Amino acid sequence: MDQLIELALIVAKIVALLVPLILSVAYMTYSERKVIGWIQLRRGPNRVGFYGLLQPFADVLKLLMKEIVLPQNANRFLFMVAPVISIMPALAAWAVLPVSKGVVIADINAGLLYVLAMASIGVYGIILAGWASNSKYALLGALRAGAQVVSYEIAMGFALVGVLMAAGSLNISDIVEAQAGAIWDWFWLPLLPLFIVYWVSGVAETNRLPFDVAEGESEIVAGFHVEYSGMAFAIFFLAEYANMILISGLAAIMFLGGWYSPFHGVPVLGPVFDLVPGVIWFVLKAAFFLFCYIWFRGTFPRYRYDQIMRLGWKVLIPVTVVWLVVESGFILTGFGPWF
Amino acid sequence: MQAIRDFFNSFLLVELLQGLRLTGRHLFTDKYTIEYPEEKAPQSPRFRGLHALRRYPNGEERCIACKLCEAVCPALAITIDSEPREDGTRRTTRYDIDLFKCIYCGFCEESCPVDSIVETRIYEYHFEKRGEQIIHKDQLLAIGDQYEEQLARDRAADAPFR
Repeated sequence: MDQLIELALIVAKIVALLVPLILSVAYMTYSERKVIGWIQLRRGPNRVGFYGLLQPFADVLKLLMKEIVLPQNANRFLFMVAPVISIMPALAAWAVLPVSKGVVIADINAGLLYVLAMASIGVYGIILAGWASNSKYALLGALRAGAQVVSYEIAMGFALVGVLMAAGSLNISDIVEAQAGAIWDWFWLPLLPLFIVYWVSGVAETNRLPFDVAEGESEIVAGFHVEYSGMAFAIFFLAEYANMILISGLAAIMFLGGWYSPFHGVPVLGPVFDLVPGVIWFVLKAAFFLFCYIWFRGTFPRYRYDQIMRLGWKVLIPVTVVWLVVESGFILTGFGPWF
Repeated sequence: MQAIRDFFNSFLLVELLQGLRLTGRHLFTDKYTIEYPEEKAPQSPRFRGLHALRRYPNGEERCIACKLCEAVCPALAITIDSEPREDGTRRTTRYDIDLFKCIYCGFCEESCPVDSIVETRIYEYHFEKRGEQIIHKDQLLAIGDQYEEQLARDRAADAPFR
Protein backbone atom coordinates (compact mmCIF):
# COMPACT_ATOMS: atom_id res chain seq x y z
CA MET A 1 0.00 0.00 0.00
CA ASP A 2 2.75 2.42 0.99
CA GLN A 3 4.59 1.62 -2.20
CA LEU A 4 1.45 2.28 -4.19
CA ILE A 5 1.01 5.67 -2.58
CA GLU A 6 4.64 6.49 -3.23
CA LEU A 7 4.25 5.44 -6.85
CA ALA A 8 1.16 7.61 -7.23
CA LEU A 9 3.05 10.49 -5.65
CA ILE A 10 5.94 10.11 -8.08
CA VAL A 11 3.56 9.92 -11.03
CA ALA A 12 1.77 13.03 -9.77
CA LYS A 13 5.10 14.85 -9.53
CA ILE A 14 6.03 13.80 -13.05
CA VAL A 15 2.68 14.95 -14.40
CA ALA A 16 2.98 18.24 -12.53
CA LEU A 17 6.33 18.81 -14.21
CA LEU A 18 5.55 17.50 -17.67
CA VAL A 19 2.25 19.25 -18.28
CA PRO A 20 3.70 22.77 -17.89
CA LEU A 21 6.76 21.62 -19.82
CA ILE A 22 4.75 20.37 -22.81
CA LEU A 23 2.59 23.48 -22.68
CA SER A 24 5.66 25.68 -22.72
CA VAL A 25 6.99 23.68 -25.66
CA ALA A 26 3.74 24.40 -27.49
CA TYR A 27 3.91 28.08 -26.68
CA MET A 28 7.59 28.16 -27.51
CA THR A 29 6.64 27.45 -31.13
CA TYR A 30 4.08 30.23 -30.97
CA SER A 31 6.46 32.75 -29.43
CA GLU A 32 9.15 31.79 -31.90
CA ARG A 33 6.88 32.59 -34.81
CA LYS A 34 5.77 35.80 -33.14
CA VAL A 35 9.24 37.07 -32.26
CA ILE A 36 10.73 36.16 -35.62
CA GLY A 37 7.78 37.90 -37.22
CA TRP A 38 8.47 41.03 -35.19
CA ILE A 39 12.13 40.95 -36.09
CA GLN A 40 11.16 40.73 -39.75
CA LEU A 41 8.65 43.57 -39.32
CA ARG A 42 5.70 41.20 -39.60
CA ARG A 43 3.08 40.46 -36.99
CA GLY A 44 3.29 36.70 -36.75
CA PRO A 45 0.29 34.40 -36.26
CA ASN A 46 -2.73 36.41 -35.13
CA ARG A 47 -5.73 34.64 -36.63
CA VAL A 48 -6.40 31.61 -34.44
CA GLY A 49 -7.81 32.84 -31.16
CA PHE A 50 -6.96 36.06 -29.36
CA TYR A 51 -3.61 37.33 -30.76
CA GLY A 52 -3.20 33.91 -32.35
CA LEU A 53 -2.84 32.31 -28.95
CA LEU A 54 -4.59 29.12 -30.05
CA GLN A 55 -2.21 28.62 -32.97
CA PRO A 56 -0.15 25.84 -31.29
CA PHE A 57 -3.31 23.81 -30.71
CA ALA A 58 -4.38 24.28 -34.31
CA ASP A 59 -0.94 23.09 -35.40
CA VAL A 60 -1.08 20.05 -33.14
CA LEU A 61 -4.53 19.19 -34.41
CA LYS A 62 -3.38 19.46 -37.99
CA LEU A 63 -0.34 17.25 -37.37
CA LEU A 64 -2.43 14.68 -35.51
CA MET A 65 -4.79 14.37 -38.45
CA LYS A 66 -2.01 13.83 -40.93
CA GLU A 67 -0.89 10.47 -42.20
CA ILE A 68 2.45 9.14 -41.02
CA VAL A 69 4.12 8.06 -44.24
CA LEU A 70 6.45 5.09 -43.93
CA PRO A 71 9.10 5.14 -46.67
CA GLN A 72 9.16 1.89 -48.59
CA ASN A 73 12.68 0.75 -47.74
CA ALA A 74 12.81 2.26 -44.29
CA ASN A 75 13.59 0.22 -41.25
CA ARG A 76 10.10 0.29 -39.77
CA PHE A 77 11.02 -0.37 -36.16
CA LEU A 78 13.86 2.15 -35.93
CA PHE A 79 11.90 4.65 -37.97
CA MET A 80 9.12 4.71 -35.42
CA VAL A 81 11.39 4.41 -32.39
CA ALA A 82 13.70 7.29 -33.36
CA PRO A 83 11.35 10.16 -32.46
CA VAL A 84 10.67 8.57 -29.10
CA ILE A 85 14.39 8.22 -28.43
CA SER A 86 14.93 11.84 -29.25
CA ILE A 87 12.20 13.21 -26.98
CA MET A 88 12.63 10.82 -24.07
CA PRO A 89 15.98 12.17 -22.76
CA ALA A 90 14.87 15.77 -23.21
CA LEU A 91 12.01 15.11 -20.82
CA ALA A 92 13.85 12.67 -18.56
CA ALA A 93 16.63 15.13 -17.81
CA TRP A 94 14.09 17.36 -16.06
CA ALA A 95 13.90 14.79 -13.26
CA VAL A 96 16.95 16.30 -11.58
CA LEU A 97 16.44 19.99 -12.33
CA PRO A 98 15.20 21.86 -9.25
CA VAL A 99 12.65 24.44 -10.33
CA SER A 100 12.61 25.95 -6.86
CA LYS A 101 14.20 25.29 -3.47
CA GLY A 102 13.68 21.59 -2.85
CA VAL A 103 11.14 21.24 -5.67
CA VAL A 104 12.76 18.46 -7.65
CA ILE A 105 11.64 14.95 -8.59
CA ALA A 106 14.98 13.22 -7.89
CA ASP A 107 17.53 15.04 -5.77
CA ILE A 108 20.43 12.78 -6.66
CA ASN A 109 24.12 13.39 -6.06
CA ALA A 110 25.19 12.64 -9.62
CA GLY A 111 22.61 15.02 -11.04
CA LEU A 112 24.91 16.91 -13.37
CA LEU A 113 26.36 13.68 -14.72
CA TYR A 114 22.84 12.40 -15.32
CA VAL A 115 21.90 15.56 -17.22
CA LEU A 116 24.98 15.31 -19.42
CA ALA A 117 24.26 11.65 -20.10
CA MET A 118 20.67 12.42 -21.05
CA ALA A 119 21.72 15.30 -23.26
CA SER A 120 24.00 12.98 -25.19
CA ILE A 121 21.40 10.25 -25.67
CA GLY A 122 19.20 12.63 -27.64
CA VAL A 123 21.52 12.53 -30.62
CA TYR A 124 20.87 8.79 -31.03
CA GLY A 125 17.31 9.62 -31.99
CA ILE A 126 18.58 11.90 -34.73
CA ILE A 127 21.14 9.43 -36.03
CA LEU A 128 18.65 6.56 -36.00
CA ALA A 129 16.04 8.69 -37.75
CA GLY A 130 18.51 9.63 -40.46
CA TRP A 131 19.67 6.09 -40.96
CA ALA A 132 16.30 4.36 -40.71
CA SER A 133 14.52 6.52 -43.26
CA ASN A 134 16.85 5.28 -46.01
CA SER A 135 17.20 8.64 -47.70
CA LYS A 136 20.43 10.35 -48.64
CA TYR A 137 19.37 13.72 -47.28
CA ALA A 138 18.29 12.23 -43.99
CA LEU A 139 21.54 10.31 -43.71
CA LEU A 140 23.64 13.40 -44.42
CA GLY A 141 21.67 15.39 -41.89
CA ALA A 142 22.11 12.68 -39.31
CA LEU A 143 25.86 12.49 -39.92
CA ARG A 144 26.21 16.21 -39.58
CA ALA A 145 24.14 16.25 -36.41
CA GLY A 146 26.14 13.38 -34.96
CA ALA A 147 29.52 14.99 -35.61
CA GLN A 148 28.34 18.37 -34.41
CA VAL A 149 26.76 17.20 -31.19
CA VAL A 150 29.75 15.04 -30.32
CA SER A 151 32.16 17.96 -30.86
CA TYR A 152 30.15 20.44 -28.84
CA GLU A 153 29.43 17.95 -26.10
CA ILE A 154 33.09 18.23 -25.12
CA ALA A 155 33.09 22.01 -24.86
CA MET A 156 29.80 21.93 -22.98
CA GLY A 157 31.06 19.23 -20.64
CA PHE A 158 34.18 21.25 -19.91
CA ALA A 159 32.13 24.36 -19.26
CA LEU A 160 30.05 22.43 -16.75
CA VAL A 161 33.20 20.99 -15.18
CA GLY A 162 34.03 24.61 -14.38
CA VAL A 163 30.70 24.93 -12.62
CA LEU A 164 31.16 21.83 -10.57
CA MET A 165 34.67 22.90 -9.61
CA ALA A 166 33.26 26.19 -8.38
CA ALA A 167 30.35 24.56 -6.57
CA GLY A 168 32.28 21.52 -5.37
CA SER A 169 29.33 19.25 -6.02
CA LEU A 170 27.57 17.31 -8.76
CA ASN A 171 24.23 17.66 -7.00
CA ILE A 172 22.28 20.30 -8.86
CA SER A 173 20.54 21.67 -5.79
CA ASP A 174 23.94 22.09 -4.13
CA ILE A 175 25.21 23.90 -7.21
CA VAL A 176 22.40 26.42 -6.88
CA GLU A 177 23.00 26.72 -3.14
CA ALA A 178 26.64 27.50 -3.85
CA GLN A 179 25.43 30.56 -5.77
CA ALA A 180 23.11 31.77 -2.99
CA GLY A 181 23.11 35.54 -3.10
CA ALA A 182 22.62 38.46 -5.40
CA ILE A 183 23.30 38.71 -9.09
CA TRP A 184 27.04 39.27 -8.61
CA ASP A 185 27.34 36.14 -6.48
CA TRP A 186 26.20 33.86 -9.30
CA PHE A 187 28.66 31.86 -11.32
CA TRP A 188 28.19 33.73 -14.57
CA LEU A 189 30.58 36.44 -13.44
CA PRO A 190 33.69 34.46 -12.44
CA LEU A 191 32.97 31.86 -15.13
CA LEU A 192 32.01 34.33 -17.85
CA PRO A 193 34.03 32.64 -20.64
CA LEU A 194 32.67 29.25 -19.61
CA PHE A 195 29.17 30.69 -19.50
CA ILE A 196 29.48 31.95 -23.07
CA VAL A 197 31.05 28.69 -24.22
CA TYR A 198 28.29 26.75 -22.51
CA TRP A 199 25.65 28.85 -24.18
CA VAL A 200 27.20 28.64 -27.64
CA SER A 201 27.60 24.89 -27.37
CA GLY A 202 24.10 24.65 -25.94
CA VAL A 203 22.75 26.30 -29.05
CA ALA A 204 24.86 23.95 -31.16
CA GLU A 205 23.75 20.91 -29.12
CA THR A 206 20.11 21.56 -29.88
CA ASN A 207 20.89 21.99 -33.61
CA ARG A 208 19.44 25.45 -33.59
CA LEU A 209 20.45 28.35 -35.77
CA PRO A 210 23.17 29.39 -36.45
CA PHE A 211 24.25 25.75 -36.06
CA ASP A 212 21.33 24.00 -37.74
CA VAL A 213 23.30 22.25 -40.49
CA ALA A 214 21.57 19.04 -39.44
CA GLU A 215 18.39 20.46 -40.93
CA GLY A 216 19.93 22.76 -43.50
CA GLU A 217 16.80 23.47 -45.54
CA SER A 218 18.76 25.02 -48.38
CA GLU A 219 21.20 22.14 -48.78
CA ILE A 220 19.68 18.90 -47.58
CA VAL A 221 15.95 19.68 -47.59
CA ALA A 222 15.19 19.11 -43.92
CA GLY A 223 18.02 16.82 -42.89
CA PHE A 224 17.29 13.92 -40.63
CA HIS A 225 13.51 14.35 -40.60
CA VAL A 226 12.79 14.70 -44.32
CA GLU A 227 10.86 11.45 -44.41
CA TYR A 228 8.82 12.12 -41.30
CA SER A 229 5.31 13.43 -41.39
CA GLY A 230 2.35 13.87 -39.09
CA MET A 231 2.79 13.17 -35.41
CA ALA A 232 6.20 11.50 -35.88
CA PHE A 233 7.50 14.77 -37.25
CA ALA A 234 5.76 16.69 -34.49
CA ILE A 235 7.60 14.62 -31.90
CA PHE A 236 10.95 15.61 -33.40
CA PHE A 237 9.78 19.18 -33.28
CA LEU A 238 8.71 18.75 -29.68
CA ALA A 239 12.05 17.17 -28.82
CA GLU A 240 13.95 20.08 -30.31
CA TYR A 241 11.98 22.58 -28.29
CA ALA A 242 12.09 20.46 -25.14
CA ASN A 243 15.87 20.33 -25.54
CA MET A 244 16.00 24.09 -25.91
CA ILE A 245 14.02 24.51 -22.72
CA LEU A 246 16.28 22.02 -20.97
CA ILE A 247 19.46 23.83 -22.05
CA SER A 248 17.95 27.16 -21.02
CA GLY A 249 16.88 25.76 -17.66
CA LEU A 250 20.35 24.34 -17.15
CA ALA A 251 21.92 27.67 -18.01
CA ALA A 252 19.70 29.37 -15.45
CA ILE A 253 20.66 26.82 -12.81
CA MET A 254 24.36 26.53 -13.53
CA PHE A 255 25.24 30.16 -14.13
CA LEU A 256 22.37 32.39 -13.07
CA GLY A 257 21.65 31.08 -9.60
CA GLY A 258 18.57 28.96 -10.33
CA TRP A 259 15.70 30.04 -8.11
CA TYR A 260 17.45 32.96 -6.37
CA SER A 261 16.22 36.47 -7.01
CA PRO A 262 18.80 38.89 -8.41
CA PHE A 263 18.89 40.80 -5.12
CA HIS A 264 18.91 37.90 -2.66
CA GLY A 265 20.72 38.95 0.50
CA VAL A 266 20.76 42.67 -0.31
CA PRO A 267 19.52 44.72 2.69
CA VAL A 268 16.31 46.39 1.43
CA LEU A 269 15.63 44.98 -2.02
CA GLY A 270 16.43 41.41 -1.03
CA PRO A 271 13.41 40.66 1.17
CA VAL A 272 11.08 42.41 -1.30
CA PHE A 273 12.30 40.40 -4.26
CA ASP A 274 12.30 37.21 -2.20
CA LEU A 275 8.53 37.55 -1.89
CA VAL A 276 8.31 36.34 -5.48
CA PRO A 277 8.39 32.53 -5.46
CA GLY A 278 11.66 30.97 -6.57
CA VAL A 279 10.03 29.09 -9.39
CA ILE A 280 9.13 32.38 -11.04
CA TRP A 281 12.72 33.57 -10.93
CA PHE A 282 13.79 30.27 -12.41
CA VAL A 283 11.21 30.50 -15.19
CA LEU A 284 12.14 34.10 -15.94
CA LYS A 285 15.82 33.24 -16.24
CA ALA A 286 15.09 30.27 -18.48
CA ALA A 287 12.71 32.41 -20.55
CA PHE A 288 15.49 34.90 -21.12
CA PHE A 289 17.66 32.19 -22.63
CA LEU A 290 14.76 30.88 -24.69
CA PHE A 291 14.25 34.36 -26.05
CA CYS A 292 17.93 34.45 -26.96
CA TYR A 293 17.46 31.23 -28.92
CA ILE A 294 14.77 32.88 -31.00
CA TRP A 295 16.72 36.10 -31.24
CA PHE A 296 19.74 34.25 -32.60
CA ARG A 297 17.54 32.47 -35.09
CA GLY A 298 16.19 35.77 -36.31
CA THR A 299 19.67 37.28 -36.59
CA PHE A 300 22.37 34.88 -37.67
CA PRO A 301 22.82 33.04 -40.95
CA ARG A 302 23.81 29.39 -40.85
CA TYR A 303 27.47 28.51 -40.21
CA ARG A 304 29.25 26.53 -42.85
CA TYR A 305 29.96 23.00 -41.71
CA ASP A 306 33.74 23.35 -41.49
CA GLN A 307 33.32 26.63 -39.62
CA ILE A 308 31.22 24.86 -37.04
CA MET A 309 33.89 22.25 -36.54
CA ARG A 310 36.59 24.91 -36.36
CA LEU A 311 34.66 26.87 -33.75
CA GLY A 312 34.00 23.80 -31.66
CA TRP A 313 37.46 22.28 -31.65
CA LYS A 314 39.80 25.21 -32.13
CA VAL A 315 38.04 27.99 -30.22
CA LEU A 316 35.61 26.76 -27.62
CA ILE A 317 37.59 23.83 -26.24
CA PRO A 318 40.87 25.81 -25.81
CA VAL A 319 38.94 28.64 -24.15
CA THR A 320 37.37 26.28 -21.65
CA VAL A 321 40.65 24.56 -20.88
CA VAL A 322 42.42 27.86 -20.29
CA TRP A 323 39.65 29.14 -18.10
CA LEU A 324 39.58 25.92 -16.08
CA VAL A 325 43.25 26.55 -15.24
CA VAL A 326 42.51 30.17 -14.35
CA GLU A 327 39.61 29.03 -12.23
CA SER A 328 41.81 26.56 -10.35
CA GLY A 329 44.01 29.54 -9.53
CA PHE A 330 40.95 31.39 -8.25
CA ILE A 331 39.98 28.45 -6.07
CA LEU A 332 43.49 28.06 -4.64
CA THR A 333 43.67 31.74 -3.76
CA GLY A 334 40.05 32.01 -2.61
CA PHE A 335 39.39 34.81 -5.06
CA GLY A 336 36.40 37.11 -4.62
CA PRO A 337 33.11 36.15 -2.95
CA TRP A 338 32.66 33.05 -5.09
CA PHE A 339 35.35 30.62 -4.01
CA MET B 1 48.00 45.74 -35.38
CA GLN B 2 45.11 45.06 -37.74
CA ALA B 3 45.50 41.35 -37.09
CA ILE B 4 45.21 41.90 -33.35
CA ARG B 5 42.18 44.09 -33.82
CA ASP B 6 40.57 41.45 -36.04
CA PHE B 7 41.32 38.79 -33.47
CA PHE B 8 39.63 40.72 -30.69
CA ASN B 9 36.73 41.65 -32.94
CA SER B 10 36.00 38.04 -33.67
CA PHE B 11 36.84 36.77 -30.20
CA LEU B 12 34.59 39.27 -28.43
CA LEU B 13 31.79 38.55 -30.93
CA VAL B 14 31.58 42.24 -31.80
CA GLU B 15 29.90 41.76 -35.15
CA LEU B 16 27.47 39.22 -33.80
CA LEU B 17 26.44 41.65 -31.08
CA GLN B 18 25.94 44.38 -33.66
CA GLY B 19 23.67 42.06 -35.60
CA LEU B 20 21.74 41.25 -32.45
CA ARG B 21 21.34 44.95 -31.74
CA LEU B 22 19.90 45.52 -35.19
CA THR B 23 17.33 42.75 -34.95
CA GLY B 24 16.61 43.77 -31.38
CA ARG B 25 15.71 47.24 -32.59
CA HIS B 26 13.50 45.79 -35.30
CA LEU B 27 11.56 43.92 -32.64
CA PHE B 28 10.01 47.16 -31.49
CA THR B 29 9.56 49.13 -34.71
CA ASP B 30 6.20 49.42 -36.44
CA LYS B 31 5.14 46.44 -38.48
CA TYR B 32 4.37 46.63 -42.17
CA THR B 33 1.77 43.87 -42.17
CA ILE B 34 -1.59 44.74 -43.71
CA GLU B 35 -4.24 42.48 -42.25
CA TYR B 36 -5.76 41.75 -45.60
CA PRO B 37 -9.46 41.10 -45.37
CA GLU B 38 -9.89 43.94 -42.89
CA GLU B 39 -7.25 46.31 -44.23
CA LYS B 40 -6.33 46.77 -47.86
CA ALA B 41 -3.33 48.26 -49.57
CA PRO B 42 -3.91 51.58 -51.33
CA GLN B 43 -4.47 51.37 -55.09
CA SER B 44 -3.27 53.59 -57.91
CA PRO B 45 -5.73 54.88 -60.54
CA ARG B 46 -3.59 52.88 -62.95
CA PHE B 47 -4.27 49.62 -61.15
CA ARG B 48 -4.65 46.75 -63.62
CA GLY B 49 -7.23 44.24 -62.47
CA LEU B 50 -10.19 42.51 -64.03
CA HIS B 51 -11.14 43.72 -67.50
CA ALA B 52 -14.27 45.59 -68.55
CA LEU B 53 -15.81 46.93 -71.77
CA ARG B 54 -17.09 50.48 -71.51
CA ARG B 55 -20.01 52.25 -73.17
CA TYR B 56 -20.54 55.83 -74.28
CA PRO B 57 -22.84 57.91 -72.08
CA ASN B 58 -25.64 57.36 -74.60
CA GLY B 59 -25.45 53.60 -74.01
CA GLU B 60 -23.70 52.71 -77.23
CA GLU B 61 -20.81 50.28 -76.73
CA ARG B 62 -17.47 51.81 -77.49
CA CYS B 63 -15.80 48.81 -79.09
CA ILE B 64 -15.50 49.09 -82.86
CA ALA B 65 -13.93 45.66 -83.37
CA CYS B 66 -10.62 47.05 -84.66
CA LYS B 67 -8.92 44.04 -83.06
CA LEU B 68 -5.87 46.06 -82.01
CA CYS B 69 -6.13 44.58 -78.53
CA GLU B 70 -6.29 41.08 -79.97
CA ALA B 71 -3.19 41.82 -82.04
CA VAL B 72 -1.19 43.41 -79.23
CA CYS B 73 -2.05 40.88 -76.56
CA PRO B 74 1.24 39.12 -75.76
CA ALA B 75 -0.51 36.15 -74.18
CA LEU B 76 -3.07 35.70 -76.94
CA ALA B 77 -5.78 35.87 -74.35
CA ILE B 78 -8.27 37.90 -76.38
CA THR B 79 -10.49 36.41 -79.10
CA ILE B 80 -12.70 38.69 -81.20
CA ASP B 81 -15.24 37.94 -83.95
CA SER B 82 -17.00 40.79 -85.73
CA GLU B 83 -19.95 41.33 -88.11
CA PRO B 84 -21.55 44.46 -89.56
CA ARG B 85 -24.61 45.43 -87.53
CA GLU B 86 -28.00 46.36 -89.15
CA ASP B 87 -27.05 50.06 -89.11
CA GLY B 88 -23.89 49.22 -91.03
CA THR B 89 -21.37 49.76 -88.21
CA ARG B 90 -18.80 47.13 -87.47
CA ARG B 91 -19.37 45.50 -84.04
CA THR B 92 -18.02 42.52 -82.16
CA THR B 93 -20.16 39.43 -82.02
CA ARG B 94 -17.75 37.78 -79.69
CA TYR B 95 -15.25 39.29 -77.27
CA ASP B 96 -13.64 36.64 -75.04
CA ILE B 97 -10.77 37.06 -72.61
CA ASP B 98 -9.13 34.00 -71.15
CA LEU B 99 -8.18 35.22 -67.67
CA PHE B 100 -5.81 32.31 -67.15
CA LYS B 101 -3.79 33.39 -70.18
CA CYS B 102 -4.02 37.08 -69.40
CA ILE B 103 -0.93 38.54 -67.73
CA TYR B 104 -2.60 41.86 -66.87
CA CYS B 105 0.00 43.87 -68.80
CA GLY B 106 -2.51 46.53 -69.82
CA PHE B 107 -1.44 46.57 -73.48
CA CYS B 108 -5.05 46.05 -74.61
CA GLU B 109 -6.08 49.11 -72.69
CA GLU B 110 -3.22 51.17 -74.15
CA SER B 111 -3.86 50.02 -77.70
CA CYS B 112 -7.59 50.73 -77.63
CA PRO B 113 -8.35 53.82 -79.77
CA VAL B 114 -11.78 54.33 -78.16
CA ASP B 115 -10.99 53.52 -74.51
CA SER B 116 -13.33 50.57 -74.70
CA ILE B 117 -11.39 47.70 -73.16
CA VAL B 118 -10.08 48.80 -69.77
CA GLU B 119 -8.75 47.19 -66.68
CA THR B 120 -10.65 47.88 -63.48
CA ARG B 121 -9.44 47.92 -59.90
CA ILE B 122 -11.14 44.60 -59.15
CA TYR B 123 -8.68 41.97 -58.03
CA GLU B 124 -10.76 39.75 -55.78
CA TYR B 125 -12.49 37.22 -57.99
CA HIS B 126 -12.46 33.49 -58.46
CA PHE B 127 -13.81 30.74 -60.65
CA GLU B 128 -15.53 27.62 -59.47
CA LYS B 129 -15.77 25.64 -62.70
CA ARG B 130 -13.46 25.05 -65.60
CA GLY B 131 -14.45 27.32 -68.44
CA GLU B 132 -15.56 30.13 -66.16
CA GLN B 133 -12.20 31.79 -66.60
CA ILE B 134 -13.12 32.74 -70.17
CA ILE B 135 -15.26 35.82 -69.75
CA HIS B 136 -17.53 36.89 -72.57
CA LYS B 137 -18.67 40.17 -74.04
CA ASP B 138 -21.86 40.43 -72.00
CA GLN B 139 -19.97 39.86 -68.76
CA LEU B 140 -17.34 42.41 -69.70
CA LEU B 141 -20.00 44.97 -70.58
CA ALA B 142 -21.81 44.27 -67.31
CA ILE B 143 -18.61 44.91 -65.33
CA GLY B 144 -18.09 48.11 -67.30
CA ASP B 145 -21.62 49.28 -66.56
CA GLN B 146 -21.26 48.53 -62.89
CA TYR B 147 -17.97 50.38 -62.41
CA GLU B 148 -18.35 53.09 -65.10
CA GLU B 149 -18.20 55.91 -62.57
CA GLN B 150 -14.89 54.83 -61.11
CA LEU B 151 -13.46 53.91 -64.50
CA ALA B 152 -14.23 57.36 -65.86
CA ARG B 153 -12.72 58.99 -62.76
CA ASP B 154 -9.53 56.93 -63.02
CA ARG B 155 -9.15 57.66 -66.76
CA ALA B 156 -9.64 61.38 -66.05
CA ALA B 157 -7.02 61.29 -63.29
CA ASP B 158 -4.53 59.67 -65.64
CA ALA B 159 -5.41 61.78 -68.69
CA PRO B 160 -2.63 64.44 -68.24
CA PHE B 161 0.00 61.71 -68.47
CA ARG B 162 -1.30 59.92 -71.56
